[in-house]
Amino acid sequence: MKLFYRVLRVLVNLFLLAFAALTLTPMVWLVAATLKSPDDLFHYTFFAPRLSTFNFRDLFNTVPFHRYMINSTFVATTMVIVQLFFSSLAGFALAKYDFKGKKAIMILMLSTMMLPGQVLMAPLYELIYRMGLVDSYAGLIIPGAVSVFGIFLFRQSILQVPDELLHAARIDGCSEFRIYWDIVMPISRPMIGAFCLISFMGTWNSFLWPQIILHNTDRFTLPIALNQLVGLYQQQYGTLMAGTFLSVLPVIVLFMLLQKEFIAGLTAGAVKG
Amino acid sequence: MATRETEISIVRAPRTSRWFVLQHRLAPYLFVSPFLILFATFGVYPIVKSLLLSFYVTNGPKSAVFVGLQNFAFLFSDPDFHKAVWNTAVFAFWSVFLQLPMSLGLALLLNSLWVKGRELLRLAFFSPNLLGQVFVGVLFSVLFIPQYGLVNRFLHFIAGIPTDTKWLSNPDLVMPALVLTSLWMYVGFNMVYFLAALQAVDKDLYEAATVDGANAWHQFWAVTLPGIKPVAVFVLVMSTIGSFQLFELPWIMLNNSAGPDQAGLTIVMYLYQTGFVTGDLGYASTVGWTLALGVLIISLFQMRVTGAWKGGAD
Repeated sequence: MKLFYRVLRVLVNLFLLAFAALTLTPMVWLVAATLKSPDDLFHYTFFAPRLSTFNFRDLFNTVPFHRYMINSTFVATTMVIVQLFFSSLAGFALAKYDFKGKKAIMILMLSTMMLPGQVLMAPLYELIYRMGLVDSYAGLIIPGAVSVFGIFLFRQSILQVPDELLHAARIDGCSEFRIYWDIVMPISRPMIGAFCLISFMGTWNSFLWPQIILHNTDRFTLPIALNQLVGLYQQQYGTLMAGTFLSVLPVIVLFMLLQKEFIAGLTAGAVKG
Repeated sequence: MATRETEISIVRAPRTSRWFVLQHRLAPYLFVSPFLILFATFGVYPIVKSLLLSFYVTNGPKSAVFVGLQNFAFLFSDPDFHKAVWNTAVFAFWSVFLQLPMSLGLALLLNSLWVKGRELLRLAFFSPNLLGQVFVGVLFSVLFIPQYGLVNRFLHFIAGIPTDTKWLSNPDLVMPALVLTSLWMYVGFNMVYFLAALQAVDKDLYEAATVDGANAWHQFWAVTLPGIKPVAVFVLVMSTIGSFQLFELPWIMLNNSAGPDQAGLTIVMYLYQTGFVTGDLGYASTVGWTLALGVLIISLFQMRVTGAWKGGAD
């Protein structure tokens, strides 16, 4: 029986390792593909003995790829800051105050989370069109400036902040906004990390709404720029892979920095419910 | 000490001022107001407007003609829409009955006491989810190419399938390719939820069950499953809703089209094509509401069947 368990243990570990390797394979292939010359790309399954920077040079020569990277960085960073501020502020109000209409707001939020975003796409486009915000970053950012998911996330974490702390601050003469800014936000640091990453990823990877709103290629963000690149240079796989690699790299780096907070934040709402 | 006392009382004195009381009372309203204003503008207005729009035929944002229920009538008789619903449902089916069990199985293995390097493994399984669907779509459209693609090479090596298998241009293989890709993206993502839930199950319950003579199989049904049920229902509902919104992955993998014989046409793709390629925002709203109602009914059905209906709040 003891031997049986020992064998089982080895098998489980081996299986998990194999599964992890399989999961990582496409990403390893992606990295390898960016570093191969067009001749080597399919000649070697993974890395070629001779590394080449051809794909990256080709990418930046054929399209203003740096432009798209700057655009995406600008849009995602702005979105994160705006969403972080509005969502944490509302989350604080819903966690720590009793006020008229609080219940109604909570129900409203829950019901919008059930509604698929695409339902509103057509009228939203019409509205943005009337506001003259088509083909602008304002049209991209303003409709998504508050994240309902973010409000829930912050409400959840701010509920844990002891009320005594807030009362003490009030007695010391802190205004409500100072309480939010100087006490609640510093305590919520882990949740801020998680939310920033979730919000950044959401904006960075978003495709449909930017595709509808943005027309001028100078304003394109990475997903729509890359999609356009596929249409233009369909057979230049190496160049496409270089573009894909540079598009996913920032998110991966950010994730490495905020990993712990991220997983905690992701599951907070679900597990503690 | 006496001086500090007076200091505080001096500071405290003006705090009973009207301004201080007022800002305290108004604070919560001010704090939720950005949400409410944006929600009214970009939430309530579009909801009402899209309900109205769904009864109109439009040509871009400028012209609209009232047609009553004709949009709905046309929608339900359109073979393209039937195709889109079928494809989306098939994709959702595999997400629920293949992907979620895999996620749970992986979480159970990872949660067992035997595993070394749990954190690193979790990281590896989760990592594909960092890549957006567009980027995954571009990557996998190359991985799936005939002859040289990594998928064909690998499957030829382990299962002997022909290397010229045309995943994305053979109508019968488009859906399997989409399901495979989404397995890669989401198995680890859902596993994170299951794992967190498993780790939160009370360890004493297992001990009690062992004392009572329950074997591993009984423990799974009597302790584990009830323990992770709220999370499992959450994951089930969210991943179903997510599946029904499938768009970017097939759209990119099939090179901005519905694919051969429309094998990759999904409901949201249908919405996008009618609303923003053809330009009929009214009809797109009709599709949107049909999708929303469908998703709502399925979610409620799932919560009913799993018994989370009454306990939904906890």
